[in-house]
Amino acid sequence: MSPVAAIEVAGLTKRYRLGELQQGTQLMSDAIAGAARRLARRERRPPRDPWFNALEDVSFTIAAGEAVGIVGANGAGKTTLLKLISRITRPSAGQIRINGRVGSLLEVGTGFHPELTGRENVFLNGSMLGMRRREIAEKFDEIVDFAGVERFLDTPVKRYSSGMYIRLAFAVAAHLEPEILLIDEVLAVGDVAFQRKCLGKMSDVAGAGRTVLFVSHNLGAVQQLTERAILIEGGRLAMDGPTRDVLARYMESLSDRAGAATSLAGARRPQPSLGRDVELVHAELVDHSGGVFEADKPIRFDLGVRANVAVPGFRLSFTVHSYEGQAVGNAFSAPLPGLAEGEAATFRLTVEDLPLAPGRYYLAVAAGTGDNLTGTREFDIVSDILDFEVAAARAADGTLAYWTAGWGPIRIAPPHVERV
Amino acid sequence: MTYQRVIEPPRGLEFNLRELVHERELLGFLTWRNVQVRYKQSLAGPGWAIFQPLLGMLIFTIVFGRYADLPNDGIEYPVFYFTAFVIWTYVASSLTTASGSIAENASLVSKVYFPRIFLPLAAGLAGVVDLAIGALVGIPLYLAYGVDLDPRMLLAVGPVLIAVFATCGAGMFLGALNAKYHDVRFIVPFLVQAGLFASPVAFSSSIVPDHLHTLYGLNPFAGAIEGFRWCMTGEGAATLSMVGVSAASALVILFLGAVYFQRTDASLADVV
Repeated sequence: MSPVAAIEVAGLTKRYRLGELQQGTQLMSDAIAGAARRLARRERRPPRDPWFNALEDVSFTIAAGEAVGIVGANGAGKTTLLKLISRITRPSAGQIRINGRVGSLLEVGTGFHPELTGRENVFLNGSMLGMRRREIAEKFDEIVDFAGVERFLDTPVKRYSSGMYIRLAFAVAAHLEPEILLIDEVLAVGDVAFQRKCLGKMSDVAGAGRTVLFVSHNLGAVQQLTERAILIEGGRLAMDGPTRDVLARYMESLSDRAGAATSLAGARRPQPSLGRDVELVHAELVDHSGGVFEADKPIRFDLGVRANVAVPGFRLSFTVHSYEGQAVGNAFSAPLPGLAEGEAATFRLTVEDLPLAPGRYYLAVAAGTGDNLTGTREFDIVSDILDFEVAAARAADGTLAYWTAGWGPIRIAPPHVERV
Repeated sequence: MTYQRVIEPPRGLEFNLRELVHERELLGFLTWRNVQVRYKQSLAGPGWAIFQPLLGMLIFTIVFGRYADLPNDGIEYPVFYFTAFVIWTYVASSLTTASGSIAENASLVSKVYFPRIFLPLAAGLAGVVDLAIGALVGIPLYLAYGVDLDPRMLLAVGPVLIAVFATCGAGMFLGALNAKYHDVRFIVPFLVQAGLFASPVAFSSSIVPDHLHTLYGLNPFAGAIEGFRWCMTGEGAATLSMVGVSAASALVILFLGAVYFQRTDASLADVV
């Protein structure tokens, strides 16, 4: 290992206006109308949103050739950190010094254009990642071979299966040969065989004296790939040390955090026109440690409802989604007794034997009548709520059980095998 | 060590021309992508490049030439309108594409670093391909109406550059603005519409009073269109002073557009 620092981060801070994060899209017409209103009322300055520190005074040094994992809860600032190092966004204060070419795999394949062919996209994407045209031409065969898409090179990538698409995108990024590689959740893509290839490629990268910064919720993979890890909590660097110690501290900190009831007033309603005879009002995870359920433990959550008109009876249902947005499974409750107009009630749902693999999930819940046998009629549907994480099982020595995302979101029980 | 980079908070104006030159291949790829995407899966392919100015020429010849009888400086109406529409089609389509370029590539801007200024620039450059096809296809039309080929036509590069600079400048400004305020793209069609009538497409700038003629060049598209007409036909209302003012105006717009873009660049990934 060379003593030269590959990345030096000093006093790094990134601030956002809260409004920027919440509103997402702003309209100029609103901005002009607001300015006109203030002018009419002779108000001096517009009320500004308060600041929010996504990252606060973070400092660390990573030596060339080191592989370092970055862990922390959702919204702790991990991705912000990678975005700053890869120059996607600029810091509010502090400094980053970088020695060497940086390649980032922040959700691969975003540079692909669906109308262009595989061949065209390799060149466009490679160039976007910082490769020279000659360099891409030299590595072209290798890239195509790695991705295994030779036959479809002249097909527009919009006709690719999602697997082919991701493989090609990863292949381009992996052949960038950067001195510093930033990886965010890349293991969540592709099939098992391809993931092995990717893991192999990453160990090659680390082994070849390159520096790797690895952000993942897959703690097993972090443990496998890195010896040092950095824990980020609430935008601050909470711990920096050997991966095993940092992961242990992270798991502890998760169990300290308490969840809070969320009002569903502003939640995403995919079918906003539903009548809401029974309206979903609030939702809350129960018996969890900071949004984390241990593998094989029951998952519990409370749903608060209010009847806007008298209903003779209804049922609750929910769909579990993996964090990539794919539906994993669905369940309907037994029929529940009716509610009078204006009556509010809270129900606790307990799901036993849900063999979810380690990873992040969220729910969509619905109140309605009927089920998969009788046909359904929904009163209200709320989606993208109750984020939770299923933690990997831990062995007695603290080692985390390994689970690769390519194995899917369900842990199927060991089959009964007999020789025939 | 290949190189060292220091990442710091944005401080005022910082043009990194060296980086833009270093990454020029990417600008080429992005431009080429825009050209490809426009022609792929379209019925007429590159035919659109001539179809739009031809259609504009037909309508204006009938409406303004036949019935309104607007002055044409002795240029046959079809040639008069076609030359204007070659430039204006470029301006209208490139400005629209450039304005949406940041917002439409939001996933790119927020996931990977590259000089973002290339997005509106690539939109402005990709349109030049259409413009060139339109200008070449116009040659038989000119011949049919008695305009002879002349080395003077090569000077058309000048007026075209005026149009490209002004379009890229305005495109950078609108592109950055539209990244923050997503309703800007609804305003762009009105701007283009207004620009069509503020520029000498339907009429000749000889209808502008003489003492304001040079000043009219402050609209860079006025100089670009009249200049292009003159290069193609050797006639028209172009004066050197007016085209000169347009060239200066285009450069100022290009500069201001780049400055505005650069000032918002640092926060593009946060707002888009």
